[in-house]
Amino acid sequence: MLTGASVKNIDMSVQVGALTLQNPVMPASGTFAEGLARVFDLNDLGAFVTKTITHEKRQGNALPRVAETAEGMLNSIGIPSKGLDAFLADVLPFYAPLCPPLIVSISAPTADGFARLARDVSLPGVAAIEANISCPNLEADGRAFAVSPETTAQVVAKLRYATSLPLWVKLSPNTTDIAAVARAAESEGADAVVVANTILGMAIDTETFKPRLGNVMGGLSGAAVKPIILRMTYQVARAVKIPVIGCGGIGNAEDAVEYLLAGAAAVQVGTATFLHPAVMPEIIAGLRDFCARRGFARLSDLSGALREPAEVAVGENAA
Amino acid sequence: MTIVQPRKAIFPRPVAEQALAVLANDPVNDDYKHLVLQAGQPFTQAQPGQFFHLLCPSGDGLAAPYFRRPMSCYRADPQAGRLEFLYKLAGRGTRALGGLHAGDSLNVLGPLGKGFRLHPDWRHILVLGRGVGLATLAPLAEAACASGMRITAILSARRHDLVMSAERFAAAGADVLPVHDDDGSSAPENLHQILEGLVQAGNAPDAVFSCGSNRLLRLLQDYGRRHGIPGQVAVEQQMACGLGMCFCCVRPFGDAAAPEHRRVCWDGPVFDMQETHEC
Repeated sequence: MLTGASVKNIDMSVQVGALTLQNPVMPASGTFAEGLARVFDLNDLGAFVTKTITHEKRQGNALPRVAETAEGMLNSIGIPSKGLDAFLADVLPFYAPLCPPLIVSISAPTADGFARLARDVSLPGVAAIEANISCPNLEADGRAFAVSPETTAQVVAKLRYATSLPLWVKLSPNTTDIAAVARAAESEGADAVVVANTILGMAIDTETFKPRLGNVMGGLSGAAVKPIILRMTYQVARAVKIPVIGCGGIGNAEDAVEYLLAGAAAVQVGTATFLHPAVMPEIIAGLRDFCARRGFARLSDLSGALREPAEVAVGENAA
Repeated sequence: MTIVQPRKAIFPRPVAEQALAVLANDPVNDDYKHLVLQAGQPFTQAQPGQFFHLLCPSGDGLAAPYFRRPMSCYRADPQAGRLEFLYKLAGRGTRALGGLHAGDSLNVLGPLGKGFRLHPDWRHILVLGRGVGLATLAPLAEAACASGMRITAILSARRHDLVMSAERFAAAGADVLPVHDDDGSSAPENLHQILEGLVQAGNAPDAVFSCGSNRLLRLLQDYGRRHGIPGQVAVEQQMACGLGMCFCCVRPFGDAAAPEHRRVCWDGPVFDMQETHEC
């Protein structure tokens, strides 16, 4: 740690496995589209993460697909996808002239489907694959791959065999022991884990007695989930050696600092972009200011710099 | 460790987010208010049919809505440096807007979406709207007037005193026909006769435009099909991001048997009338 680091000399880069990012801020999958190019310079970002793609075309879920809650958002969009061919023809070329590395988020209903899609998107211009294993697994009665270490290990093993690109695995918070799931992903060769997807929730309209989502249940995101996902990031970072990417309710630089201190190497910003589309470059600027103010010449020194009490009870009864 | 030096931006950036000063927020009648903001570019560059995404404040003891609220632009005036909205006090978002006073500020994102398109060959357009939908059509009438087009404006409302913006359409040189529910003049049969009368008089419009009513959409779709007149309609849908990211504002378009989902915020909010399904 240096004192008096000037803003322009701060090294904002972070390392996520073999990938060097110019800064730790990237969009969460599904919360980024080319429309943001109308608002800020996309080259400012640490990386791009695409909306999850599938092999086949998908229409997505019934409307309404989103509902607002207290400091949060429920969504059940249903991964509408134009399919792999449209992705390769229309989406991939958009990123070609841009500098930050492109992370392609993929999903499939079976482990073999994941492997096939990972192989098909392992192309020049793609820097890494993020496997969205929170989707229903048709071979496990519709339960998400990410709910158990066993099914996570099965799908990650097949993915690892299918691609030599860096493999990020996006975990689900809808599980009892996310650290065990993260260890399963690590042991089968994941290069990083993203913590985490949305928390399953529900809202009901008391006038109509109907669910406020067409799909009845959906994923909660936004500021409301931050303490929960921050805790999971902390638990996972203690459990694995591979980099952890924090994702849950980050809306400003202080939120991002919390995730870094808890052990994240980088962060993803999602719902906040829906409210303030320029929030990601603002967070990057805020992180730089934070480092200058606190005398950090390298932002990456914040990762895992949490000062813990000498004795801390970590477990179900820690309270 | 090397730090990647970003290249120069390669896309234009015509969308901004900014807190704008409220100049006025006055009632127009029992249902509607007129919000005037002080604004510069790119806000005042909004084209007819484009919309803004408003971060509604808290008020009346209610927490601020979490999502922004989309609202079509009523007037964008680069000379006066003003951005105006005409809105109906309806839900949580518009009630929160209703509490704004001169001197307050409002966080605005935009301009967003694809607006109306005027073909240079058109000489005469017809606009048919109802209620607050007329706020969306008023800037279109002015743009058509500036392009030297004739305008027939049929303005529909529940009551005579709720017909919106008649004087603005008249100032744009439109032939204004107010219709309302009080005397039955807004009934589809009467509107049908008015529209057919234009064709019979050799005064058929080159294009028709609408906003704000499924009933009027249906009427104009039928009219357009029978007489080969193209049309455009501005539609509404619940939105979260407003920039094409979240895919929550999709609606079905095209082939009734196998419709395609399009994003209202990104592909619209103005769509080809014949491709638009009722909602």
